[in-house]
Amino acid sequence: MAAAVPALALEGVTVTFLSPDGSRYTAIRDTTLRVAPGEFVSVVGPTGCGKSTLLNVAAGLLEPSAGRTDVFGKALAGLNRAAGYLFQTEALMPWRTALQNVTAGLEFRDTEPGRAKSLAEAWLQRVGLKGFGGRYPHQLSGGMRKRVALAQTLVLDPQVILMDEPFSALDIQTRHLMENQLLELWSANRKSVLFITHDLEEAISLSDRVVVLSAGPESRPIGEFAIDLPRPRDVAEIRLTPRFVELHGQIWRAMKDEVLKSYARQQEH
Amino acid sequence: MPASKNTRLLRLWQAALFVGVVVLWYAATSPTLLPPIYFDDPNKAAFFFGEPLKVIERVWIWFSSGSIYPHLWVTLIETLLAFVVGTVLGLGMGLWLALSPVASALLDPYIKALNSMPRVILAPIFGVWFGLDIASKVALGVTLVFFIVFFNVYQGVREVSPTVLANARMLGAGERQLLRHVYVPSAMSWVFASLHNSVGLAFVGAVVGEYLGSSRGVGYVILQAEGTFDINSVFAGILVLTAFALLLDWAVTLAERRLLVWQPRTGETEKL
Repeated sequence: MAAAVPALALEGVTVTFLSPDGSRYTAIRDTTLRVAPGEFVSVVGPTGCGKSTLLNVAAGLLEPSAGRTDVFGKALAGLNRAAGYLFQTEALMPWRTALQNVTAGLEFRDTEPGRAKSLAEAWLQRVGLKGFGGRYPHQLSGGMRKRVALAQTLVLDPQVILMDEPFSALDIQTRHLMENQLLELWSANRKSVLFITHDLEEAISLSDRVVVLSAGPESRPIGEFAIDLPRPRDVAEIRLTPRFVELHGQIWRAMKDEVLKSYARQQEH
Repeated sequence: MPASKNTRLLRLWQAALFVGVVVLWYAATSPTLLPPIYFDDPNKAAFFFGEPLKVIERVWIWFSSGSIYPHLWVTLIETLLAFVVGTVLGLGMGLWLALSPVASALLDPYIKALNSMPRVILAPIFGVWFGLDIASKVALGVTLVFFIVFFNVYQGVREVSPTVLANARMLGAGERQLLRHVYVPSAMSWVFASLHNSVGLAFVGAVVGEYLGSSRGVGYVILQAEGTFDINSVFAGILVLTAFALLLDWAVTLAERRLLVWQPRTGETEKL
């Protein structure tokens, strides 16, 4: 891993927000995080620890106060064109049908319309939404909308996929289905994934590596765990294996203090 | 189906209410039916309030002789022109100001002042500027429609979900594409939502403009009738205007259904 150029590297990133009344809030301090090509990395941490901030820096949506982002060895300026971003909240354009949402990115990149349509239809089929292309987002369930969003991002074949708690709003069964589907799609065509979640079980069952972030403000990575569970995995079944339980115990011990700290801080407010 | 039965009963009551009001109107204004209660002369009630049968007869004469059509046509053209010009101007200005904070900050007090001004008062001035023909009525309608569309577009652009915007950016949309594929559709949904209001006000602008000075249009017909104390024609004119406004509103509803298919309507959302 050390030899290869990382697909995505955050080097010494600090993000300080300046509010209009002049007060400062440092969400992330001096964080270094590298994702190798084809590697699935999850970042876990208590609520309000700046996980999404980290992802926005990686996407180029947010400029860090200090440090830099490298994409395949090149310093990032502006938006990260190699990355696809799956948002936590609804991000589909409500005035476009499912199919039109999937073709949107191709359209923005001047792909020939016929080709864009056939690519989008293939991806809708791959995420299990064949025949739903003509529906508007409000006519689809939450899980279906997530799948459209997944197809919308993956149809562009991004080298790096950034995911911000994409499944947190789904019920547990739908969630397991989506996670398995994600793993299946990912192993068919391995891209680098940076996955943000507050759910440790989700992080372990999906990833090659789990990074634990400290409680905010001034979050930074405080632990890193290689997940040596065999693939292919079934996210529901793998939770029952002894190795999973063991890893969960290890990482939880590292996280517990931070979760309590974060909880105590929230009680103060 | 209990729902449709209730609806039918409701329609029946609505029809009964209508008939009741007309009968009351007829009975109270007929010179012979009831002894005069309030007025000393049995013909006075009819003079002030018209007589329903004569009003209907007047409408019938207008339409059977075709004398009302040129007036209706003029009013319709004025309404449509005011609506189209007002919407285009409002859309353009709304997008510009919403996306340009400097222009918005600069013009904000003037927009507020213009919006608070009772703009119907401008009608005589427009008459002087644009003559007594169609143009002055369109101008009045435009001032009414413009602000509705403008504020809705402004709001629509401001309320674009930041996530949808960030997502479009990540998918590779440039500034022009964001405008075309995110800002304008979002703003248009607000414009369509105010379609009933803006078409209604375009109509008001046309009729009030005609009423205050013109040589054609339904407003002009009413004005003429008032000038000769022909109350039945005044009521007939109001009746035609109301029916016409309802027709316009219905056309707007049809257009809305076609244009806003992507928006959930309460009770019609289909989840799977």
